[in-house]
Amino acid sequence: MSEKQPTTLESAKPPSVPLVPFSKVLAVTSGKGGVGKTFVSANLAAALAKRGLRVLVLDADLGLANLDVVLNLYPKITLHDVFTGKAKLEQAIIKAPGGFSVLLAGSGMVEYSRLTPEVRDDFLRIMSGLVPHYDVLLLDTGAGISDVVLFAVSLASEVLVVATPEPTSLTDAYATIKVLVGQQGRKAVRLIVNQTARLGDGRAITAQLQQVLDRFVTSEPGHSVKLLHLGDIPADPMVRQAVMKRQLLMQTMPGCPAGLAISQLAAKVMETVLPQQP
Amino acid sequence: MVDSTNPAPVNLPDLSLGDALALLKHSGAVDGLVSPQKSSVAYLQGVIDGLCELSLKDPLTGLANRRQFHSVLERGIEVVARSGDSALLLMLDIDHFKKVNDTHGHQAGDQVLQAIAKCLAGCVRPMDTVARYGGEEFAVVLPNCQVSFGAAVAERIRHAVESLPIPISPLVTLNVTVSIGGAFAPEWVRSTNTLWTERADVQLYRAKAEGRNRVCIDHQQVISVSAEEKNMLFGHLAMGEPAWIEAIQGDGSSNAAQKVTS
Repeated sequence: MSEKQPTTLESAKPPSVPLVPFSKVLAVTSGKGGVGKTFVSANLAAALAKRGLRVLVLDADLGLANLDVVLNLYPKITLHDVFTGKAKLEQAIIKAPGGFSVLLAGSGMVEYSRLTPEVRDDFLRIMSGLVPHYDVLLLDTGAGISDVVLFAVSLASEVLVVATPEPTSLTDAYATIKVLVGQQGRKAVRLIVNQTARLGDGRAITAQLQQVLDRFVTSEPGHSVKLLHLGDIPADPMVRQAVMKRQLLMQTMPGCPAGLAISQLAAKVMETVLPQQP
Repeated sequence: MVDSTNPAPVNLPDLSLGDALALLKHSGAVDGLVSPQKSSVAYLQGVIDGLCELSLKDPLTGLANRRQFHSVLERGIEVVARSGDSALLLMLDIDHFKKVNDTHGHQAGDQVLQAIAKCLAGCVRPMDTVARYGGEEFAVVLPNCQVSFGAAVAERIRHAVESLPIPISPLVTLNVTVSIGGAFAPEWVRSTNTLWTERADVQLYRAKAEGRNRVCIDHQQVISVSAEEKNMLFGHLAMGEPAWIEAIQGDGSSNAAQKVTS
């Protein structure tokens, strides 16, 4: 990584980036893989775009990205080319079918799955280049609690944890929240419960998680965390259909129960999570 | 617009620097001052520098005080978040210090604090910061300290204190020991002062509880969810689908079965 081309949209952003989370940046994370994190990121982005926001989804799962698979997009230029200086940032940003922008990691990012000072700096530079141009940035992080995931999350002002009602998913969501509280001093984390069977499942699960957090995590000073229930996405056969066809649910079936729920999620994100828009 | 052609000259007597000068004189920091007749600006700068210096130091030991400690810690966190280098924080507490005060008087106590401070400052690299955290508690911030060296550094400090004779009068020489708790800053992420000191403090309490005159170090935070936490997490599910719960807790011990029935 000797010579580097400028990576920014405005061509000359200073490389020194303040070490504070970017506002308008929401990290979507889960702990466990396969709970629909990328599905939620993509469809929530589409729903937010439908409401008139300029949205960008960044594939922050540098090692094992699959946003491209979900969106059925295989661009020639990806984040990898921006990282290696082969392309400018704006060349790598593409329009996704749902009316939002995406920045895909692309293959070859496996070498970036370890967090090094270079990866970190590249990432920060790219983020600070992107932030001014969008109303909201969704960081679709990888599964697990690796240093890359924790780093990506640390850049976001808000964390959305996606979980399913399954015990394994709940355990991993809980572990993730525990680490975010212990390491980053997060005071609030939002929970999206995917594939719920009944109305009210998500609320019950949130309350349950909060109880365990209160008992085992926030009992120490400086560790208070509020788990906020952002919403549920009901189990819905339409989701599987859309995923298999590699289409966005919000495009093909926005009126199905899961689609309506995501629409509501978007409304709630705009109302309660994002800084108020004029 | 400000009139820049003729800025008002500083009238030194108007500034009432009496208290500041008295403070500086008390700590022997007035000698370096430029004479006010020579240059009032340099003189004022000297007074301000002197006060800043004073505000960061512990008067008894000359170590960094708590204020400076916090700013060093904050900077340390930023460096770790930016570079990924590991940084170690040690919290030290003199064992049974109250006994020293009670038996030999507070002056002896002060002498012990000063001797330990000097010893600690001699144990670390110039880039490290030794601070008096309060009472008989000290803190050492070691930036760029590899995880594998942490225990050795802390152990060296503990040993140096243990083998330090502290003469408090021509006839009496004391020996004290310290308990040390340490924690590394979480790499790559921006933590907070509170979280970091708290983790080191927890280790310090552990060292005390395990018998004092020892070192306990917390490495990176371990991500683990205990069986107790899991039980509490899924307790509510047991109401609806007990078979499901049994299946997940198959690897668990007998308390899993108890939980289902309760």
